[in-house]
Amino acid sequence: MGDWMTVTDPGLSSESKYISQYTSETKMSPSSLYSQQVLCSSIPLSKNVHSFFSAFCTEENIEQSISYLDQELTTFGFPSLYEESKGKETKRELNIVAVLNCMNELLVLQRKNLLAQENVETQNLKLGSDMDHLQNCYAKLKEQLETSRREMIGLQERDRQLQCKNRNLHQLLKNEKDEVQKLQNIIASRATQYNHDMKRKEREYNKLKERLHQLVMNKKDKKIAMEVLNYVGRADGKRGSWRTGKTEASFFLRNEDEMYKILLNDYEYRQKQILMENAELKKVLQQMKKEMISLLSPQKQKPRERADDSTGTVISDIEEDAGELSRESMWDLSCETVREQLTNSIRKQWRILKSHVEKLDNQVSKVHVEGFNDEDVISRQDHEQETEKLELEIQQCKEMIKTQQQLLQQQLATACDDDTTSLLRDCYLLEEKERLKEEWSLFKEQKKNFEKERRSFTEAAIRLGLERKAFEEERASWLKQQFLNMTTFDHQNSENVKLLSAFSGSSDRDNPTVHSRPRQKKPHVPSVY
Amino acid sequence: MNFSEVFKLSSLLCKFSPDGKYLASCVQYRLVVRDANTLQICQLYTCLDQIQHVEWSADSLFILCALYKRGLVQVWSLEQPEWHCKIDEGSAGLVASCWSPDGRHILNTTEFHLRITVWSLCTKSVSYIKYPKACQQGITFTRDGRYLALAERRDCKDYVSILVCSDWQLLRHFDTDTQDLAGIEWAPNGCVLAAWDSCLEYKILLYSLDGRLLSTFCAYEWSLGIKSVAWSPSSQFLAVGSYDGKVRILNHVTWKMITEFGHPATINNPKIVVYKEAEKSPPLVLGRLAFPPPRAAAGPLSSTESKYEVASVPVSLQTLKPAPDRANPRIGIGAMAFSPDSCFLATRSDSVPTAVWIWDIQKLRLLAALEQLSAVRCFQWDPRQARLAICTGGSKVYLWSPAGCVSVQVPGEGDFQVLSLCWHLSGDSLALLSKDHFCLCFLETEQGVGTAFGQRGDHT
Repeated sequence: MGDWMTVTDPGLSSESKYISQYTSETKMSPSSLYSQQVLCSSIPLSKNVHSFFSAFCTEENIEQSISYLDQELTTFGFPSLYEESKGKETKRELNIVAVLNCMNELLVLQRKNLLAQENVETQNLKLGSDMDHLQNCYAKLKEQLETSRREMIGLQERDRQLQCKNRNLHQLLKNEKDEVQKLQNIIASRATQYNHDMKRKEREYNKLKERLHQLVMNKKDKKIAMEVLNYVGRADGKRGSWRTGKTEASFFLRNEDEMYKILLNDYEYRQKQILMENAELKKVLQQMKKEMISLLSPQKQKPRERADDSTGTVISDIEEDAGELSRESMWDLSCETVREQLTNSIRKQWRILKSHVEKLDNQVSKVHVEGFNDEDVISRQDHEQETEKLELEIQQCKEMIKTQQQLLQQQLATACDDDTTSLLRDCYLLEEKERLKEEWSLFKEQKKNFEKERRSFTEAAIRLGLERKAFEEERASWLKQQFLNMTTFDHQNSENVKLLSAFSGSSDRDNPTVHSRPRQKKPHVPSVY
Repeated sequence: MNFSEVFKLSSLLCKFSPDGKYLASCVQYRLVVRDANTLQICQLYTCLDQIQHVEWSADSLFILCALYKRGLVQVWSLEQPEWHCKIDEGSAGLVASCWSPDGRHILNTTEFHLRITVWSLCTKSVSYIKYPKACQQGITFTRDGRYLALAERRDCKDYVSILVCSDWQLLRHFDTDTQDLAGIEWAPNGCVLAAWDSCLEYKILLYSLDGRLLSTFCAYEWSLGIKSVAWSPSSQFLAVGSYDGKVRILNHVTWKMITEFGHPATINNPKIVVYKEAEKSPPLVLGRLAFPPPRAAAGPLSSTESKYEVASVPVSLQTLKPAPDRANPRIGIGAMAFSPDSCFLATRSDSVPTAVWIWDIQKLRLLAALEQLSAVRCFQWDPRQARLAICTGGSKVYLWSPAGCVSVQVPGEGDFQVLSLCWHLSGDSLALLSKDHFCLCFLETEQGVGTAFGQRGDHT
């Protein structure tokens, strides 16, 4: 149908202003004012509507607009604007009453709506202001909360501190109570002791009273006397002397003298002891000092070449000390200054020695770490190892010696049984036996050798015999030949005879041996002459 | 170790003569003098009443017998048995009697400590000493016998008088800064006198022979103070035992404390040797009833054999809780004794009554502790060497030396309860005293001592 457009007309807005001014001047009831306001607010709307009306319904589209309005109103529940149609096709007549009623209804509705809107707006405003108010409240409360929290923390801190203090005070109180208890105990024990002593004294007092009473009442008094058979001589044999005024004084003086003599003797003795002790200690200290100086001086010879302040002082110290020594030997008194000098010099030397030893320690540890570069410096570990080895060796040797000793002792100290004596004897003869065995073995060997030689000799002899036999046979054959040859050649006889004789000599020589052999072989050979 | 026969004795009165030749013992009213080695009776004297005190004179020629109930002192001579002397105090009464060091004067303290009468055996003179103090140790003689120190009390103040024994002249008289003087003792060198206050105040004063105050020592205030005091034989140390269970050693040069020895109930240091007496269970004698038991074994079942065991630390000793509201409580150091060479100190703490503590003075530390089965009654050092004899009231005597310790059963039928003991001056024999009997124990030198030795272990 028609488009709803809100068209603001500048002219209209001025008109609305005028109207609003007009309306505001007139004094009306609040509700009407309210309605006025609503009207004011709605006037531009009406203006718009007016313009829109004019836009909505023109003279051309009255029917359409009426039908449209009718439709809209019926949908909203208003009665229809048309009269009741008698027929379908007849054009519906506009029911003006209905229209007026509708208009009135709409106006009423409009007013209601405006009222409602007013209410809503006021409520909105109220809510807005409430909200602001609440927000302010909220902010304030938050602040308050924050401050109260801070306060609380502060209070907690204070509370904690106070509790600490409280605990400390409790502790102190406990300590004090303990001490009080202790003192009370002491007082109690003292009190019991006092009471006890008091009671004892009172008992004695009572006894005294009774005795006094007894004595006073008792008439017969037992005589206090000493009876002795005869007086004994004094222990030191001297006789007692009379006591006169002079002797009394002399006794007194003598006693005083004796007493002082005793005291002086005691003091002198003690002083002597102390002097001796002092002298010993001084000697020891001086010796220590000398040794320390001698220990330190060989090392100081190297740095002497360097121009160093420290060494200069050291050397001067040594010289000074040497001078001191001579001085002290002269003095030998227990002067304060001498004593101080001695102690100071010893302290100095000790400090030097200590620093030196520390240096050496460092050196050794360095060497151990770096390696064995320096030949002169033997690392401590090596040294220790060596010493350990040596000690082990020593122990082993000692053990060996011990065991040997034990064995020896066992041998000598065993009891004499038959078996053992025989054993012992055997032991003693063992050496000889051994020797004999050796000799026996030697002898056997020699015997064997002899046998061998004999055998070889016999073999040689047999061989020789055989050879001789062969030789004899050869000679015999040769002789036969010669003999045969001799008969033919005479001038060769002499030679042959010579030869023969030579041979016969040799054969004679040989023969007895050949004959002697069998002779030797005969068992019964008379060889006695 | 040989034990002699058992002889009768009364009131624990058995004393060796100062020269070591004789032994005097009392049986009721009889005085028996025996030879110290053979125990044969040399002399027998009869007194008028029961004897309460016996003392030899310093030269061993005379013996005094004090009869307190009758107020009499009877003196006997060893050289001349017929010689007799009787001193009657009469109405004055008698509470104590002793010899002077020259052996010719007798000092009698009358009843209520009214005066001390000095009777002379050489002359007819009698001296009186007024206002002696009735305290634990009021009279002390120097070792050389020249001087006598005497505690006096006049007008509620304590004084000390030093007298010359040769003529009984007053040498010095001075007051002491004590509340209630409890005892005085000369140092063995005779030049210093120690005087100490009663247990309510810890104070010990040292005076020179000429009466000058050398030093004062006070360890603490208010609690109970000094219980016992002992000089070392070399006069170098003064041991002060107090109720707090500690012994404080003062040195003779500065008179200041050099160390204090505590007596705790638990010993933790492993270097200390603790000997515990343990009972040996008696061997079963079933089927051997007729066989007489060997000498070391017990006769009746009650006296079982015991031996020493070395206990391993930590050792806790038996303590005795004293009654809190009684006077003179059983706590503190009740007894102390130095060995003759001053190297050891033996102490007994009354709160641990079964233990004897032995301290090494050269090293100033505890050397050994002996715990017995019953409370220690008495201990005494051998006068010649560092050997301590202890008795606990049982039938055993215990000996300690740095080499070890031994427990020896006293043989005999029935129980011989050793209540006290006393060494012979040579250290070769020991007299053991019981209520009604005594016997002598002869110790051989070094070899064959006792039955069971306590092992010393790795003690250094």
